[in-house]
This record gives sequence, structure tokens and C-alpha cells, in this order.
Amino acid sequence: MKEQWKGFKEGKWMDEISIEEFMQLNYHPYDGDESFLEGPTDRTRVVAEKVQELLKAERKHDGVLKVDASRIMTATAFPPGYIDKDRDIIVGLQTDEPLKRGICPFGGIRMARQSAEAYGEKLDDGVEEIFKYVTTHNDGVFSVYSDEMKKVRHLGFITGLPDAYGRGRIIGDYRRIALYGMDFLIEEKKKDKAALAAQPMTNENIQLIEEIHKQIIEMGEIKKMAAMYGYDISQPAHDTKEAIQWLYFGYLAAIKEENGAAMSLGRTSTFIDIFAERDLANGVYTESEIQEFIDDLILKLRVARHLRTPEYNELFGGDPMWITEGIGGMGADGRTRVTKNSYRMLNTLYNLGPSPEPNMTVLWSEKLPQAFKRFCAKVSIDTDSIQYENDDVMRKSYGDDYSIACCVSAIKMGEQMQFFGARYNLAKILCLALNGGIDERTGERVGPQMEPVGDGPIDYEEAMRRFNIYRDWLCGLYVNIMNIIHYMHDKYAYEKSQMAFLDSNIGRLMAFGIAGLSVAADSFSAIKYAKVYPIRNGEGVIVDYKTVGEFPKYGNDDDRVDSIAVELAQGTINELRKHPTYRNAVHTLSVLTITSNVVYGKKTGNTPDGRRAGEPFAPGANPMHCRDSHGAIASLNSVSKVKWEDCKDGVSYTFSITPETLGKTKEAQADTLVGLMSGYFNQGAHHLNVNVLNRELLLDAYENPDKYPNLTIRVSGYAVKFNALSKDHQKEVIARTFHCAI
Amino acid sequence: MTTGRLHSIETFGAVDGPGIRTVFFLQGCPARCLYCHNPDSWGKDSGETITTESVVHTAKRGMPYYGREGGVTFSGGEPLLQGQFLVETMDALAEEGIRSVIDTSGTWVDEFTKPAIERSQLLLLDVKHSNSETFQEITGLNQDNLYRIIDLANEADKPLWIRQVIVPGINDTEENVEELKEFVRVRVKHVYQIELLGYHNMAIEKWDRLGIPYKLRDVPPMDRGRLARLSQLL
Repeated sequence: MKEQWKGFKEGKWMDEISIEEFMQLNYHPYDGDESFLEGPTDRTRVVAEKVQELLKAERKHDGVLKVDASRIMTATAFPPGYIDKDRDIIVGLQTDEPLKRGICPFGGIRMARQSAEAYGEKLDDGVEEIFKYVTTHNDGVFSVYSDEMKKVRHLGFITGLPDAYGRGRIIGDYRRIALYGMDFLIEEKKKDKAALAAQPMTNENIQLIEEIHKQIIEMGEIKKMAAMYGYDISQPAHDTKEAIQWLYFGYLAAIKEENGAAMSLGRTSTFIDIFAERDLANGVYTESEIQEFIDDLILKLRVARHLRTPEYNELFGGDPMWITEGIGGMGADGRTRVTKNSYRMLNTLYNLGPSPEPNMTVLWSEKLPQAFKRFCAKVSIDTDSIQYENDDVMRKSYGDDYSIACCVSAIKMGEQMQFFGARYNLAKILCLALNGGIDERTGERVGPQMEPVGDGPIDYEEAMRRFNIYRDWLCGLYVNIMNIIHYMHDKYAYEKSQMAFLDSNIGRLMAFGIAGLSVAADSFSAIKYAKVYPIRNGEGVIVDYKTVGEFPKYGNDDDRVDSIAVELAQGTINELRKHPTYRNAVHTLSVLTITSNVVYGKKTGNTPDGRRAGEPFAPGANPMHCRDSHGAIASLNSVSKVKWEDCKDGVSYTFSITPETLGKTKEAQADTLVGLMSGYFNQGAHHLNVNVLNRELLLDAYENPDKYPNLTIRVSGYAVKFNALSKDHQKEVIARTFHCAI
Repeated sequence: MTTGRLHSIETFGAVDGPGIRTVFFLQGCPARCLYCHNPDSWGKDSGETITTESVVHTAKRGMPYYGREGGVTFSGGEPLLQGQFLVETMDALAEEGIRSVIDTSGTWVDEFTKPAIERSQLLLLDVKHSNSETFQEITGLNQDNLYRIIDLANEADKPLWIRQVIVPGINDTEENVEELKEFVRVRVKHVYQIELLGYHNMAIEKWDRLGIPYKLRDVPPMDRGRLARLSQLL
């Protein structure tokens, strides 16, 4: 046995990569409360204060402190950087200075150029010269896109596709570095490569062998990067501090090289706890020291940044990285995966103050220890910084060692990756269907052509028949677009630093999405239960609707309309599944918009539900703003009907409630929140972003941003600093339903 | 079968009875409280018609959330004004295993009040004021029914969750709180808790819309700190 493994229970994990077995044999479930937690050390306070100053300076510089466009980001492109060289415990920054952003041009050189120029920088001539001869992911995609594909993208039927930037949503299993050290991992990859060499050299096999080759080279680079910081990571970590440092180096290499939209950390806290328990038992470290290591890791994650264009920020507001960490959950054997380190992770929100990153995601199970549930509720009420996802439903499909990519997408750790695919606009497809293939905003023709719908009242069956024709057309196109994007991404912007920490034979998920679920459901409900008359412009294009009478609205636990929402999701995934995917990826679907609900709204004309042209959609699977008028439970129940089986990439609900509504005392509020989440999740609902605050607070923050430098809120699958949102996004968030009792 | 009149439903109530509750605000109230926040619930013929089945259907949707303590709260208006409907509906809820609570203003009693109280987990009782004159000023009614309801609750061994809205200039004094405590001590057999609620003026808009003159227009909302200090006397 390696000396670094002394004290661990032996198993097959010692001979082959199996984090799962190692964890299973060695972790210590914890069902106690938070009383063991330690506050920040003096050192942590000093460094945290420094980070606050840096963040303040960043805010003053329009949200971007510094840009270095002189070199291409790689694991070793920059010399070491520190927040505070003498005080940093866990070391490593993306560039040589905190909050300095670099460029990742392999996704698309134009985007890299524009993002640098947006902040007054110019790409280095050398970089420009190189990219005269290099094909980027973006070049590849656009060389194959058909005119029709460009059109649906341009008109806003599909928005946010990762065809000009990194696709992200891959989670390297960085825990492997801590447990095995790089040398063992490199040897395993070499073995995989050798085994494949004996197979017939088909396209698939050649591609995979080349990819593994890239991974092996990159793993050498990551070792060099660690060496620049004075660490040799070729061997396993000795203790808690090293375990954190080793796995952070893996993550750091990923965010240096890749500017993927979402760069999750994975599911590391319970793994780290195994080292922590061993060190506590052996007197190597104290509780306070271990908390300090975790705090320092979190500080590093809080200064991670990517350089984006203003258009990108419009789509995904608040400068997110989606450094998502899955916390808690249950094991397949019935023991909880909650450990003391689950608490320590959440405790950073007290020790360092509320923050959107990392994206703390509690994997909620009915069977979680009661004390942990209450602690989470308390943290939610105090910080608005955590989200919840239903471990009981995800565990069924993804086992007990999955993690969350981005906001709500479950992926098996080490065994799966995701092909991210943005989302298509349900509401706009309905408008297109009623117009018989004419875009309601531009009058351009796209898709199957037919007569527009008659003068009305519009017949529900007819509307649905038309909608299905256009949905089917779009779904076919959507799968093809995704196939092109991910083919090209693998070819020209392969994520070698992340893939190095996944199995060579990996499972792939292709994640499609829908936007405007509540707008589309309410529009169909209006057509079905009220009378909807089209209003045409001079050219005969339907640009508005006159809706006479009442109709049930999604968000009030009314099956008449909720069932429409369920069918919209179901119909989409069924149709998508008919079309073959690149590398046989499994089709999945999400109802998640991130903050792009604002942009989707901008690109959509008037809709039959009464929503005006340009107005934002509700985020994710949320009911439309303030239409859920029967209270929180009716609203939660409506969302819980959208089936996980149809939307295995996640169903996101962002929920805001005032503290007074939850109860009179802190204790009562926490109890109520636990009860509310239990009721919601026990029905199979998937995701909940919890905000406990008053609208007045947000209004004040809108007017007086300087008063609230750290006001953190959950938006849609992630959290943001309220001040980092654009005014449009802020207004949309303020307009959302706040459940409150008077 | 009796039908009821409904003002509105709040599917998530966490402050109107123990645990998480579905709150049915029934239509109609004999009182005309100066600070009423639902003046549109006064007329007993307005609102929408509801059946016991529809109440049970809605209440059942809350069952995953009720836990060990929660259930349904009937508020108003004055729910006891619809005594027969209330009793029948509480029985139907009990058959589904759903507990219910009545939130009363203590201003109405009839032959259904006793059975209704007997079916209630506990009684939320808004004691508008312990002093009969001020009670009359606030509600426009005398205290007779308040006493009768307390007696009925005592006879049925039901705990009372006593509440009082504290309005600046009317009852926001230490003396008043002491008086309320004494009132409860003397009259109430089982006290679940006593709770002071701060007056707010968010209902002004509603009064204006209904064209009813609002007499407390110049009264500011109750200061939170002062309310907390008064609550400490309890």
C-alpha cells in the first residue's frame, strides 16, 4: 500500500481507478448538527478582506478588472499568481493576478477578439497571426451550418448555442488526482490507448485514440503547472490540505484552458472529508485548520473569471462561472453522503459572506439527516446562496456519485460528459405555427409553409396540430445543429484537460432545452378556455392577439393548464429522440433558461396569453410573473408536475418568498422552509432555487447599488451578485412573484 | 348539501396556525374593524360559491406539506358565520386525515359554533381588545360573543391561540398588553400562545377602491421594534 493511503480501508480502488469504491469504504456519514463548525481564522479574515477590495475595484471597472490578450490561455501560459503570496494556503490562479482575465480563442477567434476589444484591449499580433492558419470550433461549425440553421438561430428560435465559445458542462473528476497522483492516471490512460490500438481503426476509434493522446500530453502540462507553484502532484495527496490542493490544480487547469459556459467543480466535499477525518483522528490538523483550507479553496473559486463579450453577458447575466459543487445526497446503501465537510462547505457562506460562486447545490433527499436539512434552510434564509436538487429522483438515473453540470444537469462523475445545447423557444414556435411559417417579428419565411390560421376564435386542436408540425420540424433541425456543434467542438476545441480525468470510454448526454414553457402553456390555455382572435398587420402577418374571457394560468395547481405544460415538455423530448445524435449521445431535455429568459422575451412578439412583445419570459419552469396567485404551494405543485422522466437535464424553479411569510422567528422560518421543500421534492419535483427576501430590498438595491455590494440572489439555476446584473435583468428579477403573507 | 361563500385561498400559510396550512378565507363578517385588511370580505353574499368537495380537493393538494402539525385554516371574514358549511367541511377534511383550525374574530355565535369549535385542532382567536368600550370602537360590536366563544372553547378543552392587532395610538401600550394578559389569565383555560400583530396600512388601497372611508388613514404602521418590546411582556 502506498504510504499516502495509510489508514484507508483497502479495496479494488488501489489497483484501478474507482473513486466510488474508495468513498464507499472510507467515508463517515455525519448526522449531527453544525455546532462543531469553526469561524474564520485571522489569516482568512485578512485574505477575505483583500478579495473584497479586489471585487470592489472590479465593480468600479465595469465588472472587468484586467484583461491580458497577449497570450493564449493554457495550463502553463502564465507564471504563478496569488491573492496574497504569503498567506495563500491553497494556491493557483488562472493568470498571474487575481481577477485578471485571459483569452481562450479555440472556441472562436472573433469572440476572443471582440471580448478583448470590449474592454479596450487588442489581441496580440502573434495570436492573430496563429489564427490565420488555425481552424476554430466556430469556423468549423459555420462551414457546415445550412442557411436554414443560420436562420433559426438568427431569428431567435434557438438562442445561446455554444457555437462560438466553449460548450462547458464537462466535469473532470479532479478527485482522482488527490487519490492517485498524476503518474498513475497517466499510466492508466496509456493502457487505454494501447488497448484501443488493437481495435479496428474506424473513424470512431481513431478519433478516440487521438483524444487520449491529447489528454496524456495535457496531463504532463498540468504536472508542470503544479511544479510552477512548488508542488509535485505525480503522487497521491498526503493529507487534507494536499487533497484539496491536488484536486484544485485539476480544476484550475480546466478553467485556464476552457471558457466553457459552465465549469462545475463536481462533488468533492464528501471525498475531502475522508482525508479530513483521517487527519483529525491522527491529530495532523485541527477543525479550525481544516475549515481554513476549505475557506481558502472557496476564496480561489470566488476570483475565477472568464472574459466574455457584452452580448454573452446579456444572455447569461451576472458574470457566472457555474462552479457547481454537489453537496449531500444519499448513498445507494441508504447511508447519507452528508459529512462534516458538507457543513464546512456551506459554512464558507458565513466565514466569507454570501456569494454566488461556487454554486452550492444541496442534493436533497427525504432521508437526509434532519439536522442537515435545518442547517441548509437556515443558510438559505441567511444568504440566498444555495439551490436544491432532488437526489431521490436523480439517484435513480445517475447512481449515488453524480454531480451537477451548470445549474441542474446531473452527470455521473467520471463516467459521463454532456453536450450542452441551449434551448429552443416554445412560445415563438407557437407564433410561427399560427402564422404558417412567417416570423412574427420580421415577416421572414422559415420552416414549413402553410396558410396562416383563420380569423378566430382560434381552435385549440388546430393550434396544437400546427404547433406540432413546427415543433417536429424544429426538433429535427435542432438535433442536427447540435451534432454539428459537438463534432466541431471535439475536433477543434477538445477539452483535453477535463477529459483527462474522465474514463476513456465515456457516456455522452446531449442536453436540449426549452424556453418559454409558461408563456406557451398559458397561450394554449387562452386559446382553449378563452377566445383568442389574431390581429394582423398590413402584410397579413399575425402580430398580436385579442383574448376575450378568462383562462386558467400555469402556477395555480390547475390541471387544465398544467397538463398542457407537461405535454409541451413530453412532446419535445419524444420528438428529439427520433433523431440520431453525434457519438450516440443520449437525448435529454431541460426546462432552464439561466437569465436568457430576458433575451428570449426580446426576440418574441406578442403572445396569446397577453404577454407583450419583448417582455421577458419567466425563467426556467417558473410560472409567469405574478400569475401564480394562489400561493406558494399551488405554484410549487404546478411546477412539480413537469416530469423528471421527460426532462432528465433538469426542471428549474426559482422561488422567492419573504421571510415573514415563513414564520415569526428564525427557528420557525427554517422549519417551514424544510417543510415546504419536503412537500415539493417528495412529489418528485426536481429543482428549487430559494430566495428569502423582500421585493423592497431589491428595489432599494436597484436604486442604491453601493449599499449592497454583496447582495446575492438565486436567479435561475445559479446565483449572482445583484449588482452584477444588467438593469434589464434586475427589473425582470424584481417583477417576479414574491410569495408573501400580509 | 350546504355550499359556502369563499373570499380567497392562500395555499401556503405558515403563520396562521401550527405548521404549514392551506388557508380558506370565507366570505362575510359581522364586524367592521377599523383596520380590517379584507373589507371586501364583509358582505356575506359576495365572493364565489364553493362546495365541501372543492375545499377538500384543494386541501388534499397541500397534504405533502402539512407534516405533523399543519392542515387547513378557515379564516375570513368570519368563518363561524358559515357554521353549517364549516362543520360539514371540517368533517369531510377529517375523513381525509386533514386537521383544521378556525381563525375567528369572536364576533359571531350560533348553533353551529359549538360543533365547529369541537372539530377545530385549536382556535385562533383575535381578541380585538380586552376592554369592552375599545372593543366596540374597533369592531362596532359588543363583547358578548367573544365571551361565549371562549366559554365554548373552555368547555371543549380546546387551546386558544390568542392574537391582537396592535395599533399605534389605540392599544400600543404596556398597560394594554398587561390588561390582555390578565384577560386571558382569568378567562382562558388552555392558552396555546398569545401573539401581538403589528398594524399595517397596506389595506388603504382596498378601502379606497371599495369607496369606504378609512378612519386610520393618518395612523402609521406599527413600529417593529416597539412591537417586539411589547411582545416581550407576554
